[in-house]
Amino acid sequence: MTEDKHPPPSTRRDFYSTAINGLGSMIAAALALPAALYLFVGARTEKHAGFVEAAKLDDLQIGKPREVTFERTIVDGWRTSREKTIAWVVRTDAKNVVAYSPQCTHLGCAYHFEEGQNQFVCPCHDSLFSIDGKVLGGPAPRPLDRYNVRVDSGKLLIGNQIQKA
Amino acid sequence: MINHVLDWLEDRTGIPSAIRHFMNEEIPASAGWHQVLGSVAAFGFLVQVLTGILLALNYAPTPGDAYDSLRYIVTEVTRGRLVRGLHHWGASLMIVTVVLHMLQVFLWGAYKKPREATWIAGVLLLLLTLAFGLSGYLLPWDNRAYWGTVVTTRISALAPGAGPLVLKLLGSDGASIGVVTFARFYAAHVLILPPLTLLLIALHVYLVRRHGVAPVPSDENQPKKKFYPGQVAKDTVAIFLWFALLMGMAILARVPLGHVADPTDLSYVPRPEWYFLFLFQFLKFFDGPMEVLGAVVIPTLAIFALVLVPFIDRGKMTAVTKRIGAMGVVAFAAFAWAGLTARAVATTPEVREMDLAMIQPWQEISAGNLASIGFFRQANCAGCHTISLTGGVNSAGPDLTAAPSERTPEWLLEHFNAKAKLVDSQAQMLAVFVTKRSEKAVKAWATAPQTAIDGALIYLANDCAGCHKINGVGADEGPPLNGVGERREHTWIERHFANPTKYVSNSSMPGFQFNPQDLKLITDYISAIPR
Repeated sequence: MTEDKHPPPSTRRDFYSTAINGLGSMIAAALALPAALYLFVGARTEKHAGFVEAAKLDDLQIGKPREVTFERTIVDGWRTSREKTIAWVVRTDAKNVVAYSPQCTHLGCAYHFEEGQNQFVCPCHDSLFSIDGKVLGGPAPRPLDRYNVRVDSGKLLIGNQIQKA
Repeated sequence: MINHVLDWLEDRTGIPSAIRHFMNEEIPASAGWHQVLGSVAAFGFLVQVLTGILLALNYAPTPGDAYDSLRYIVTEVTRGRLVRGLHHWGASLMIVTVVLHMLQVFLWGAYKKPREATWIAGVLLLLLTLAFGLSGYLLPWDNRAYWGTVVTTRISALAPGAGPLVLKLLGSDGASIGVVTFARFYAAHVLILPPLTLLLIALHVYLVRRHGVAPVPSDENQPKKKFYPGQVAKDTVAIFLWFALLMGMAILARVPLGHVADPTDLSYVPRPEWYFLFLFQFLKFFDGPMEVLGAVVIPTLAIFALVLVPFIDRGKMTAVTKRIGAMGVVAFAAFAWAGLTARAVATTPEVREMDLAMIQPWQEISAGNLASIGFFRQANCAGCHTISLTGGVNSAGPDLTAAPSERTPEWLLEHFNAKAKLVDSQAQMLAVFVTKRSEKAVKAWATAPQTAIDGALIYLANDCAGCHKINGVGADEGPPLNGVGERREHTWIERHFANPTKYVSNSSMPGFQFNPQDLKLITDYISAIPR
């Protein structure tokens, strides 16, 4: 193949650069798209059979918060383990119970229940929550987060999803 | 605006003009499609770096965890299987490309003075590419990886004089492979080899630029061309086709993940990756004390010969069509390589190892549990009991996947009697299942295919569990059936049913005459039970 010493005629040059840019962009896209999905969509981690027994309904008094500890399966990447988990549960009536995630909605400190004041108190920045989870004071931006719960045959079952108010 | 930025960049860094200078390099008039392979190899390296980094983001480089994390990547991470496929097949294509590149340079005689150093850098790059393949082979930590690498370390231990040192360097005691060897291979693969390769690619490209693309005799009277855009376009087209091929392989050809590395599994027959099979076969010509010749001495001499090529062939540049000697060498090498590889492939026993990344929960529960899922479906229990894993509560009966039933067996039997048409043995099995089901069984509940359930039902109806175990449940009279699909061929299992003593002379198993449909169902079912 012989070519002139001068640059190839502009049509051929244009064709070449179009081919380079077009094919190059297709390759880049074909690499970038799966990479983006890989990085940003995350893992299809299986949700383990959600509900775990945490307490007997009869052991809970209406309107009186109790800290319950229960074991559940935690799936962390490729590792599955059993871990102790804590929830604050409040029985609201004969049939219903709410379970709060044990962390303050401000910055994640563990709060506790003050019997005398009948409210939850966070020791970090003095956020206060009522026993129905509402913010009574302090910097907490939203009510306490709740676990999904079910009551079945007199038992309190706590799920693995946390709902933000 | 853009011009402004470019001017600034030019003034402060000189990068734009450097790129222009690079693109405007003069190349001989004969340059063309046969010279695209170097660019393709460089692009292949880039793909390996990118996919390697992506894999590393979800990979735990210690034995055991390595396997679990890779299984996680290919089964749960979005596009994880594709990324692994690109990296795996990319490695193979890299080797093909680098070798083809070398063959082209060899055939054209482009290594001749003053390009000897370019050639030597290229030979080193070929060795680095192979080292990547060798070190990466261990990282999935499945049986294939483990046993293949055991052989590799044993071979390197044969090196005269240096053997013990090499073993020390590989962190191996010569017998087995442990955490230290794993760490060494991983460190080599991700920390040592990549910068070395990058450095050598830079040197290689620099040398190509320094001496220019090798001309052929007919170029003398021809005006030169520019690298951009003609040759760049050809390179891009080649890269595009190469990448399309890689994508196709990554999507269509699944890379299996075998059993986790098991040093006690003496039945495993290790084989190296396909590009090392010729060496593996070559080694078979050398027995006993001669082994070191085939394993170390001759390969080392071959590498030296490769390095010395430009010093052996010092003649003037001639047209490629006149390089009969070079063609002869290439033909001989290709013939020997193909023959050895074909022989190695022919003598490789068929591997029936299961792809563990594909194992479903139903394959890991007892036949009774699987059959119970069948009874549950058959009696339409789901009409009242939802079986969602997250615990929907919109149904009349409790969600039995959320928590096991706490009813007494008597209550359950009565309940089944009233609501479903099950015979006693079925009802009893289902009662045990709903009160004592495992986590795996819960997952299988919604997903088990009906054919597998039918297989389990046939298995139970013929009381196979009276002699055999599946996933730990059953009797010990006959051999456990886990992994039978890997030990025996499908047709063997089918024929064995009708006449066991014909296949196992001391067998006490009675013959079973199944109709063709049932025979397929039960054979498929037991073949699918993992080891």
